[in-house]
Amino acid sequence: MSAPRPYTLIAELTYRCPLRCPYCSNPTNLADHDGELGTEEWKRVLGEAEALGVVQVHFTGGEPLARKDLEQLVARARELDLYSNLVTSGVPLTKERLVTLANAGLDHVQVSIQSARPERADAIAGYAAHPQKIQVMRWVTDLGLPLTMNVVLHRANLDEIDELVALAEDVGASRLELANTQYVAWALSNRNALLPTRGQLDMAAEAASKHKARLQGKIDVLFVKPDYFGTTPKACMDGWARRFIHMVPDGRVLPCHAATSITTLRFDSVKDRPLADIWTSSDALLAYRGEAWMPEPCKSCDRRSIDFGGCRCQAFALTGDASATDPACERAPQHALVEAARKSADGPNDRRYLYRGR
Amino acid sequence: MTPKLAKKARLRFDRHSGRHMVIYPERGLALNDSAAAIAMRCDGTRTVSEIVEEIALEAGVPAAERSSLEQDVVEFVALLAQKGLLEP
Repeated sequence: MSAPRPYTLIAELTYRCPLRCPYCSNPTNLADHDGELGTEEWKRVLGEAEALGVVQVHFTGGEPLARKDLEQLVARARELDLYSNLVTSGVPLTKERLVTLANAGLDHVQVSIQSARPERADAIAGYAAHPQKIQVMRWVTDLGLPLTMNVVLHRANLDEIDELVALAEDVGASRLELANTQYVAWALSNRNALLPTRGQLDMAAEAASKHKARLQGKIDVLFVKPDYFGTTPKACMDGWARRFIHMVPDGRVLPCHAATSITTLRFDSVKDRPLADIWTSSDALLAYRGEAWMPEPCKSCDRRSIDFGGCRCQAFALTGDASATDPACERAPQHALVEAARKSADGPNDRRYLYRGR
Repeated sequence: MTPKLAKKARLRFDRHSGRHMVIYPERGLALNDSAAAIAMRCDGTRTVSEIVEEIALEAGVPAAERSSLEQDVVEFVALLAQKGLLEP
Protein backbone atom coordinates (compact mmCIF):
# COMPACT_ATOMS: atom_id res chain seq x y z
CA MET A 1 0.00 0.00 0.00
CA SER A 2 1.41 3.40 -0.90
CA ALA A 3 1.44 5.95 1.88
CA PRO A 4 -1.34 8.55 1.91
CA ARG A 5 -0.53 12.25 1.63
CA PRO A 6 -0.22 13.96 5.00
CA TYR A 7 -1.67 17.49 5.10
CA THR A 8 -0.89 18.54 8.65
CA LEU A 9 2.14 18.42 10.90
CA ILE A 10 1.49 18.68 14.61
CA ALA A 11 4.80 19.75 16.09
CA GLU A 12 4.97 19.31 19.85
CA LEU A 13 8.06 21.41 20.44
CA THR A 14 8.34 20.75 24.16
CA TYR A 15 6.51 19.10 27.04
CA ARG A 16 7.46 21.99 29.34
CA CYS A 17 4.43 23.97 30.53
CA PRO A 18 3.68 26.12 33.57
CA LEU A 19 0.08 24.88 33.65
CA ARG A 20 -0.97 21.61 35.25
CA CYS A 21 -4.35 20.85 33.65
CA PRO A 22 -5.74 17.50 34.80
CA TYR A 23 -6.79 16.59 31.23
CA CYS A 24 -3.42 17.37 29.63
CA SER A 25 -2.83 15.33 26.47
CA ASN A 26 0.89 14.96 27.16
CA PRO A 27 2.11 11.57 28.41
CA THR A 28 1.67 10.73 32.09
CA ASN A 29 5.31 9.59 32.30
CA LEU A 30 6.76 12.99 31.35
CA ALA A 31 10.02 12.40 33.17
CA ASP A 32 10.84 9.39 30.96
CA HIS A 33 11.07 11.41 27.77
CA ASP A 34 14.33 12.36 26.09
CA GLY A 35 15.70 15.77 25.22
CA GLU A 36 14.12 18.10 22.69
CA LEU A 37 15.08 18.42 19.04
CA GLY A 38 17.24 21.45 18.28
CA THR A 39 16.40 24.39 16.05
CA GLU A 40 18.21 23.13 12.98
CA GLU A 41 16.62 19.69 13.30
CA TRP A 42 13.13 21.21 13.43
CA LYS A 43 13.91 23.41 10.42
CA ARG A 44 14.99 20.36 8.47
CA VAL A 45 11.89 18.43 9.50
CA LEU A 46 9.59 21.28 8.43
CA GLY A 47 11.14 21.09 4.96
CA GLU A 48 10.79 17.32 4.86
CA ALA A 49 7.14 17.58 5.93
CA GLU A 50 6.39 20.12 3.20
CA ALA A 51 8.00 17.82 0.64
CA LEU A 52 5.64 15.04 1.75
CA GLY A 53 2.59 17.23 1.14
CA VAL A 54 2.03 19.01 4.44
CA VAL A 55 0.39 22.44 4.07
CA GLN A 56 -0.34 23.30 7.69
CA VAL A 57 1.74 23.15 10.85
CA HIS A 58 0.54 23.45 14.43
CA PHE A 59 3.25 24.52 16.86
CA THR A 60 2.15 23.10 20.16
CA GLY A 61 3.44 21.38 23.29
CA GLY A 62 3.51 21.58 26.30
CA GLU A 63 3.80 25.30 25.94
CA PRO A 64 5.58 26.10 22.64
CA LEU A 65 6.43 29.60 23.91
CA ALA A 66 8.89 27.90 26.24
CA ARG A 67 11.11 27.47 23.16
CA LYS A 68 13.24 30.54 22.51
CA ASP A 69 13.59 29.57 18.85
CA LEU A 70 9.85 29.63 18.11
CA GLU A 71 10.25 32.78 15.98
CA GLN A 72 12.82 31.01 13.80
CA LEU A 73 10.55 28.02 13.32
CA VAL A 74 7.60 30.24 12.39
CA ALA A 75 9.80 32.05 9.88
CA ARG A 76 10.91 28.73 8.41
CA ALA A 77 7.26 27.63 8.08
CA ARG A 78 6.47 30.86 6.24
CA GLU A 79 9.47 30.38 3.95
CA LEU A 80 7.98 26.99 3.03
CA ASP A 81 4.51 28.54 2.53
CA LEU A 82 3.10 26.43 5.35
CA TYR A 83 0.05 27.77 7.21
CA SER A 84 1.26 28.12 10.78
CA ASN A 85 -0.83 27.94 13.91
CA LEU A 86 0.43 28.62 17.41
CA VAL A 87 -1.43 26.52 19.97
CA THR A 88 -0.74 28.16 23.30
CA SER A 89 -1.82 28.79 26.85
CA GLY A 90 -0.54 32.35 26.43
CA VAL A 91 1.87 31.89 29.34
CA PRO A 92 4.46 33.36 29.27
CA LEU A 93 4.02 35.89 26.48
CA THR A 94 4.62 39.60 26.03
CA LYS A 95 3.00 41.76 23.39
CA GLU A 96 6.45 42.42 21.92
CA ARG A 97 7.07 38.74 21.37
CA LEU A 98 3.65 38.29 19.79
CA VAL A 99 4.47 41.12 17.36
CA THR A 100 7.75 39.40 16.50
CA LEU A 101 5.92 36.13 15.85
CA ALA A 102 3.33 37.90 13.69
CA ASN A 103 6.10 39.57 11.70
CA ALA A 104 7.80 36.21 11.26
CA GLY A 105 4.68 35.08 9.41
CA LEU A 106 2.45 33.43 11.98
CA ASP A 107 -1.00 32.82 10.42
CA HIS A 108 -3.19 31.99 13.39
CA VAL A 109 -3.22 31.72 17.17
CA GLN A 110 -5.21 29.32 19.32
CA VAL A 111 -5.48 30.17 23.00
CA SER A 112 -6.92 27.68 25.45
CA ILE A 113 -8.87 28.84 28.46
CA GLN A 114 -10.12 26.63 31.26
CA SER A 115 -13.33 28.44 32.18
CA ALA A 116 -15.04 31.81 31.66
CA ARG A 117 -14.83 32.36 35.44
CA PRO A 118 -11.36 33.39 36.65
CA GLU A 119 -11.32 31.48 39.94
CA ARG A 120 -12.64 28.34 38.39
CA ALA A 121 -10.21 28.64 35.48
CA ASP A 122 -7.21 28.87 37.75
CA ALA A 123 -8.43 25.97 39.91
CA ILE A 124 -8.66 23.77 36.81
CA ALA A 125 -5.30 24.86 35.39
CA GLY A 126 -3.57 24.52 38.75
CA TYR A 127 -1.98 27.88 37.97
CA ALA A 128 -3.12 31.54 38.07
CA ALA A 129 -3.13 32.24 34.34
CA HIS A 130 -6.63 33.42 33.47
CA PRO A 131 -6.16 37.23 33.34
CA GLN A 132 -3.02 36.79 31.22
CA LYS A 133 -4.91 34.52 28.79
CA ILE A 134 -7.67 37.11 28.32
CA GLN A 135 -5.02 39.77 27.74
CA VAL A 136 -3.22 37.58 25.19
CA MET A 137 -6.45 36.95 23.26
CA ARG A 138 -7.03 40.70 23.04
CA TRP A 139 -3.45 41.28 21.83
CA VAL A 140 -3.95 38.63 19.15
CA THR A 141 -7.06 40.25 17.71
CA ASP A 142 -5.70 43.80 18.18
CA LEU A 143 -2.79 42.80 15.97
CA GLY A 144 -5.23 41.55 13.34
CA LEU A 145 -4.28 37.91 13.80
CA PRO A 146 -7.12 35.39 13.57
CA LEU A 147 -7.92 33.79 16.92
CA THR A 148 -9.38 30.47 17.96
CA MET A 149 -10.50 30.30 21.56
CA ASN A 150 -10.33 26.70 22.74
CA VAL A 151 -11.99 25.26 25.81
CA VAL A 152 -11.73 21.68 26.99
CA LEU A 153 -15.12 20.78 28.45
CA HIS A 154 -15.87 18.51 31.40
CA ARG A 155 -18.04 18.21 34.51
CA ALA A 156 -16.73 21.43 36.07
CA ASN A 157 -17.35 23.83 33.16
CA LEU A 158 -20.02 22.35 30.86
CA ASP A 159 -22.60 24.67 32.42
CA GLU A 160 -20.76 27.72 31.01
CA ILE A 161 -21.51 27.57 27.28
CA ASP A 162 -23.32 30.94 27.21
CA GLU A 163 -20.54 32.66 29.15
CA LEU A 164 -17.81 31.08 27.01
CA VAL A 165 -19.51 32.16 23.78
CA ALA A 166 -19.94 35.69 25.16
CA LEU A 167 -16.23 35.78 26.03
CA ALA A 168 -15.28 34.58 22.53
CA GLU A 169 -17.41 37.34 21.02
CA ASP A 170 -15.94 39.91 23.39
CA VAL A 171 -12.30 39.11 22.57
CA GLY A 172 -13.03 38.91 18.84
CA ALA A 173 -12.35 35.23 18.19
CA SER A 174 -13.15 33.97 14.71
CA ARG A 175 -13.37 30.39 15.89
CA LEU A 176 -14.54 28.79 19.13
CA GLU A 177 -13.62 25.22 19.83
CA LEU A 178 -15.72 23.67 22.60
CA ALA A 179 -14.08 20.29 22.84
CA ASN A 180 -15.21 17.72 25.33
CA THR A 181 -12.41 15.90 27.09
CA GLN A 182 -11.12 12.76 25.40
CA TYR A 183 -10.24 10.19 28.00
CA VAL A 184 -6.64 9.36 27.23
CA ALA A 185 -3.39 10.44 28.97
CA TRP A 186 -3.96 12.61 32.11
CA ALA A 187 -7.70 12.77 31.44
CA LEU A 188 -7.94 9.01 31.86
CA SER A 189 -6.29 9.30 35.28
CA ASN A 190 -8.87 11.96 36.18
CA ARG A 191 -11.86 10.33 34.54
CA ASN A 192 -14.09 10.20 37.60
CA ALA A 193 -13.51 13.89 38.26
CA LEU A 194 -14.01 14.99 34.64
CA LEU A 195 -16.76 12.84 33.12
CA PRO A 196 -20.00 14.85 33.02
CA THR A 197 -23.55 13.59 33.39
CA ARG A 198 -25.59 13.02 30.26
CA GLY A 199 -27.93 15.81 31.35
CA GLN A 200 -25.06 18.32 31.55
CA LEU A 201 -23.83 17.27 28.16
CA ASP A 202 -27.22 17.51 26.44
CA MET A 203 -27.83 20.99 27.80
CA ALA A 204 -24.39 22.15 26.68
CA ALA A 205 -24.83 20.65 23.21
CA GLU A 206 -28.16 22.40 22.80
CA ALA A 207 -26.75 25.75 23.92
CA ALA A 208 -23.77 25.39 21.58
CA SER A 209 -25.96 24.54 18.63
CA LYS A 210 -28.09 27.66 19.20
CA HIS A 211 -24.98 29.88 19.26
CA LYS A 212 -23.54 28.12 16.22
CA ALA A 213 -26.64 29.00 14.19
CA ARG A 214 -26.72 32.57 15.51
CA LEU A 215 -23.04 33.21 14.78
CA GLN A 216 -22.77 31.45 11.43
CA GLY A 217 -20.41 33.25 9.09
CA LYS A 218 -19.03 35.32 12.02
CA ILE A 219 -17.66 32.86 14.55
CA ASP A 220 -17.19 29.23 13.68
CA VAL A 221 -18.54 27.44 16.77
CA LEU A 222 -17.44 23.81 17.05
CA PHE A 223 -18.81 21.50 19.69
CA VAL A 224 -16.85 18.25 19.89
CA LYS A 225 -18.88 15.55 21.61
CA PRO A 226 -17.24 13.08 23.96
CA ASP A 227 -17.16 9.60 22.47
CA TYR A 228 -18.09 8.08 25.85
CA PHE A 229 -21.67 9.27 25.30
CA GLY A 230 -22.08 8.37 21.65
CA THR A 231 -22.95 5.19 19.82
CA THR A 232 -20.09 5.26 17.34
CA PRO A 233 -16.42 5.97 17.98
CA LYS A 234 -14.70 9.19 16.91
CA ALA A 235 -12.90 9.22 13.57
CA CYS A 236 -9.67 9.53 15.48
CA MET A 237 -7.11 11.65 13.54
CA ASP A 238 -9.11 10.86 10.36
CA GLY A 239 -7.40 7.48 10.47
CA TRP A 240 -4.08 6.25 11.84
CA ALA A 241 -1.12 7.87 10.03
CA ARG A 242 -3.37 9.03 7.22
CA ARG A 243 -3.65 12.84 7.19
CA PHE A 244 -1.65 13.92 10.26
CA ILE A 245 2.00 13.62 11.18
CA HIS A 246 2.39 14.06 14.90
CA MET A 247 5.86 14.72 16.23
CA VAL A 248 6.82 14.69 19.89
CA PRO A 249 9.59 16.88 21.34
CA ASP A 250 12.32 14.23 21.11
CA GLY A 251 11.75 13.75 17.37
CA ARG A 252 9.69 10.58 17.32
CA VAL A 253 6.97 10.39 14.68
CA LEU A 254 3.51 9.36 15.88
CA PRO A 255 0.03 9.13 14.38
CA CYS A 256 -1.38 11.18 17.32
CA HIS A 257 -0.34 12.82 20.58
CA ALA A 258 -1.14 9.84 22.77
CA ALA A 259 0.35 6.97 20.81
CA THR A 260 3.44 6.51 22.99
CA SER A 261 0.96 5.15 25.56
CA ILE A 262 0.69 2.05 23.35
CA THR A 263 3.70 0.34 24.85
CA THR A 264 3.68 -2.49 22.31
CA LEU A 265 4.79 -0.07 19.58
CA ARG A 266 8.19 1.49 18.98
CA PHE A 267 8.17 4.84 17.21
CA ASP A 268 11.01 5.94 14.93
CA SER A 269 12.75 9.28 15.32
CA VAL A 270 13.83 11.86 12.75
CA LYS A 271 17.17 11.76 14.56
CA ASP A 272 17.72 8.33 12.96
CA ARG A 273 15.74 8.27 9.70
CA PRO A 274 14.38 10.81 7.21
CA LEU A 275 10.75 11.77 7.82
CA ALA A 276 9.59 10.45 4.42
CA ASP A 277 11.11 7.08 5.18
CA ILE A 278 9.36 6.92 8.56
CA TRP A 279 6.04 8.07 7.11
CA THR A 280 6.01 5.44 4.37
CA SER A 281 7.54 2.45 6.11
CA SER A 282 7.89 2.69 9.88
CA ASP A 283 6.41 -0.40 11.55
CA ALA A 284 4.46 1.64 14.10
CA LEU A 285 2.79 3.80 11.44
CA LEU A 286 2.01 0.78 9.27
CA ALA A 287 0.55 -1.12 12.24
CA TYR A 288 -2.93 0.42 12.06
CA ARG A 289 -2.86 2.33 8.76
CA GLY A 290 -5.67 1.28 6.42
CA GLU A 291 -8.06 -1.55 7.23
CA ALA A 292 -5.99 -4.75 7.14
CA TRP A 293 -5.46 -4.77 10.94
CA MET A 294 -9.16 -4.57 11.78
CA PRO A 295 -10.87 -7.28 13.81
CA GLU A 296 -14.59 -7.97 13.61
CA PRO A 297 -16.96 -6.20 14.00
CA CYS A 298 -14.89 -3.40 12.38
CA LYS A 299 -13.71 -5.44 9.39
CA SER A 300 -17.18 -5.83 7.93
CA CYS A 301 -18.67 -2.66 9.42
CA ASP A 302 -20.29 -0.20 7.02
CA ARG A 303 -18.70 2.65 9.02
CA ARG A 304 -15.10 1.43 8.82
CA SER A 305 -14.11 4.08 6.26
CA ILE A 306 -15.96 6.78 8.24
CA ASP A 307 -14.57 6.30 11.75
CA PHE A 308 -11.55 4.08 10.95
CA GLY A 309 -12.26 1.79 13.89
CA GLY A 310 -11.99 4.65 16.40
CA CYS A 311 -9.09 5.37 18.71
CA ARG A 312 -6.24 2.87 19.07
CA CYS A 313 -4.91 4.53 22.21
CA GLN A 314 -8.29 4.25 23.87
CA ALA A 315 -8.58 0.60 22.81
CA PHE A 316 -5.19 -0.13 24.35
CA ALA A 317 -5.82 1.85 27.53
CA LEU A 318 -9.17 0.20 28.21
CA THR A 319 -8.67 -3.35 26.91
CA GLY A 320 -4.89 -3.85 26.79
CA ASP A 321 -5.14 -4.63 23.06
CA ALA A 322 -4.49 -1.77 20.64
CA SER A 323 -6.17 -3.65 17.79
CA ALA A 324 -9.43 -4.16 19.66
CA THR A 325 -12.55 -2.35 18.49
CA ASP A 326 -12.70 1.00 20.30
CA PRO A 327 -14.90 0.35 23.37
CA ALA A 328 -16.64 3.70 22.72
CA CYS A 329 -18.42 1.96 19.84
CA GLU A 330 -21.73 0.40 20.87
CA ARG A 331 -20.92 -2.57 18.61
CA ALA A 332 -17.62 -3.22 20.42
CA PRO A 333 -17.42 -6.49 22.37
CA GLN A 334 -16.07 -4.47 25.32
CA HIS A 335 -18.46 -1.52 25.16
CA ALA A 336 -19.51 -2.33 28.74
CA LEU A 337 -16.21 -0.80 29.92
CA VAL A 338 -17.34 2.63 28.78
CA GLU A 339 -20.82 2.22 30.23
CA ALA A 340 -19.30 1.18 33.56
CA ALA A 341 -17.00 4.24 33.55
CA ARG A 342 -19.95 6.56 32.99
CA LYS A 343 -21.88 4.90 35.80
CA SER A 344 -18.92 5.06 38.14
CA ALA A 345 -18.37 8.77 37.45
CA ASP A 346 -22.01 9.48 38.31
CA GLY A 347 -21.68 7.73 41.66
CA PRO A 348 -20.21 9.15 44.85
CA ASN A 349 -16.61 10.05 44.06
CA ASP A 350 -13.54 11.82 45.24
CA ARG A 351 -13.45 14.46 42.51
CA ARG A 352 -10.13 16.03 43.45
CA TYR A 353 -7.82 16.38 40.45
CA LEU A 354 -4.57 14.59 39.98
CA TYR A 355 -2.73 17.55 38.45
CA ARG A 356 -0.28 17.07 35.62
CA GLY A 357 3.32 17.00 36.79
CA ARG A 358 6.00 19.25 35.39
CA MET B 1 -21.01 43.60 -1.33
CA THR B 2 -17.33 43.16 -2.09
CA PRO B 3 -16.40 39.69 -0.80
CA LYS B 4 -13.06 39.39 0.95
CA LEU B 5 -11.38 36.21 2.16
CA ALA B 6 -11.31 36.05 5.95
CA LYS B 7 -8.07 36.73 7.79
CA LYS B 8 -7.89 33.14 8.91
CA ALA B 9 -8.02 31.84 5.32
CA ARG B 10 -4.94 31.72 3.10
CA LEU B 11 -5.20 31.07 -0.62
CA ARG B 12 -2.10 29.38 -1.96
CA PHE B 13 -0.93 27.18 -4.79
CA ASP B 14 -0.35 23.54 -3.91
CA ARG B 15 2.64 22.24 -5.82
CA HIS B 16 1.71 18.62 -5.06
CA SER B 17 -1.73 18.67 -6.72
CA GLY B 18 -1.16 21.56 -9.13
CA ARG B 19 -4.26 23.25 -7.71
CA HIS B 20 -5.00 26.17 -5.47
CA MET B 21 -6.14 25.57 -1.92
CA VAL B 22 -7.77 27.72 0.72
CA ILE B 23 -6.14 26.80 4.00
CA TYR B 24 -7.67 27.71 7.33
CA PRO B 25 -7.35 26.39 10.86
CA GLU B 26 -7.43 22.60 10.84
CA ARG B 27 -8.95 22.50 7.36
CA GLY B 28 -8.21 23.00 3.70
CA LEU B 29 -10.36 23.39 0.62
CA ALA B 30 -8.95 22.15 -2.69
CA LEU B 31 -10.11 24.37 -5.53
CA ASN B 32 -10.60 23.61 -9.19
CA ASP B 33 -9.47 26.26 -11.68
CA SER B 34 -12.77 28.09 -11.85
CA ALA B 35 -13.14 28.22 -8.06
CA ALA B 36 -9.54 29.46 -7.80
CA ALA B 37 -10.28 32.22 -10.33
CA ILE B 38 -13.13 33.37 -8.10
CA ALA B 39 -11.29 33.00 -4.77
CA MET B 40 -8.29 35.03 -5.91
CA ARG B 41 -10.65 37.92 -6.74
CA CYS B 42 -12.28 37.89 -3.30
CA ASP B 43 -10.02 40.66 -2.02
CA GLY B 44 -12.60 43.19 -0.92
CA THR B 45 -12.14 45.48 -3.95
CA ARG B 46 -14.54 43.83 -6.39
CA THR B 47 -18.29 43.26 -6.31
CA VAL B 48 -19.70 39.90 -7.38
CA SER B 49 -20.69 41.32 -10.77
CA GLU B 50 -17.21 42.77 -11.27
CA ILE B 51 -15.76 39.33 -10.51
CA VAL B 52 -18.08 37.79 -13.11
CA GLU B 53 -17.13 40.50 -15.61
CA GLU B 54 -13.39 39.94 -15.13
CA ILE B 55 -13.54 36.18 -15.40
CA ALA B 56 -15.78 36.38 -18.46
CA LEU B 57 -13.35 38.74 -20.18
CA GLU B 58 -10.28 36.74 -19.21
CA ALA B 59 -11.70 33.36 -20.17
CA GLY B 60 -13.59 34.68 -23.20
CA VAL B 61 -16.96 33.42 -21.94
CA PRO B 62 -19.63 33.95 -24.63
CA ALA B 63 -22.62 36.08 -23.68
CA ALA B 64 -24.90 33.05 -23.80
CA GLU B 65 -22.97 31.38 -20.96
CA ARG B 66 -22.71 34.48 -18.86
CA SER B 67 -25.64 33.69 -16.60
CA SER B 68 -24.31 30.25 -15.78
CA LEU B 69 -20.95 31.78 -14.88
CA GLU B 70 -22.71 34.32 -12.71
CA GLN B 71 -24.55 31.54 -10.92
CA ASP B 72 -21.25 29.70 -10.30
CA VAL B 73 -19.72 32.81 -8.77
CA VAL B 74 -22.74 33.53 -6.57
CA GLU B 75 -22.84 29.94 -5.36
CA PHE B 76 -19.13 29.72 -4.63
CA VAL B 77 -19.10 33.04 -2.78
CA ALA B 78 -22.07 31.80 -0.73
CA LEU B 79 -20.18 28.59 0.07
CA LEU B 80 -17.17 30.58 1.27
CA ALA B 81 -19.43 32.74 3.43
CA GLN B 82 -21.21 29.74 4.87
CA LYS B 83 -17.87 28.22 5.85
CA GLY B 84 -16.92 31.46 7.55
CA LEU B 85 -14.14 32.04 5.02
CA LEU B 86 -15.23 35.58 4.11
CA GLU B 87 -14.90 38.64 6.31
CA PRO B 88 -18.34 39.15 7.90
